[in-house]
Amino acid sequence: MIIPILKIGDVLIVTLQSELTDREVEELSHDILDKINKVGAEGVIIDITALKVVDSFMARSLNSIASAATLLGSEVVVVGIQPAVALTLVELGLRVSWGVKTALNLEKGLEILKKERA
Amino acid sequence: MDEQMIEVKNDTDIIRVRRIVREMAVEIGFGELDQTRIITAISELTRNIIVHASSGKVLIKEVQKTGKRGIEITCADEGPGIVDIELALKDGYTTSGGLGIGMTGARRLMDEFKVESVVGSGTTVIVKKWMK
Repeated sequence: MIIPILKIGDVLIVTLQSELTDREVEELSHDILDKINKVGAEGVIIDITALKVVDSFMARSLNSIASAATLLGSEVVVVGIQPAVALTLVELGLRVSWGVKTALNLEKGLEILKKERA
Repeated sequence: MDEQMIEVKNDTDIIRVRRIVREMAVEIGFGELDQTRIITAISELTRNIIVHASSGKVLIKEVQKTGKRGIEITCADEGPGIVDIELALKDGYTTSGGLGIGMTGARRLMDEFKVESVVGSGTTVIVKKWMK
């Protein structure tokens, strides 16, 4: 599955439309970092509104993408976590290691990125 | 009563297990939050099979107890087994480089959790969730 990475200004927008296999998540991680590097993106929004399940592998992958993007000088904001997914992640025990910036939706995510760069 | 057995051996099977578990959870009548809890727990346990044992089986079935409906999922493998189950159920403990929250998280998300493991011959995890 090819997941489009859109570029708007110096921000990349990645929308996950369906559940991904572990391998697809790994490919996506690489593609996002590659694209940040190529276009000099200062921010990345990953929209996971459509995901009904986020397990520890997906959570860890989002965390890794965000950490690696920071090393490249780019900021990642994950948007659209569904309420049931949020509660499940907390019960799963995610607080231990989750360090990713989040926002309710795409619009608020873009605001965060704008503020960071102001 | 409904019952399904799925052989798992790679990461696409994790998605398949999730889909079948979701269908059955919906059919039993679980709400959105419990569906999410059940599917997330099973995603963790199925990945454990693939990571630690390469392959195994997942058995999903509807169960009943004193008029309550529920779902029971058995994840069985013939992998190396767990040497210290108590340690394996500690938050943050991992032998695979993961977050170490898979098994203990799955236990928190479900109502019943049982693990049996014999070193050298395999691990079986049985989880249940009941309708409120």
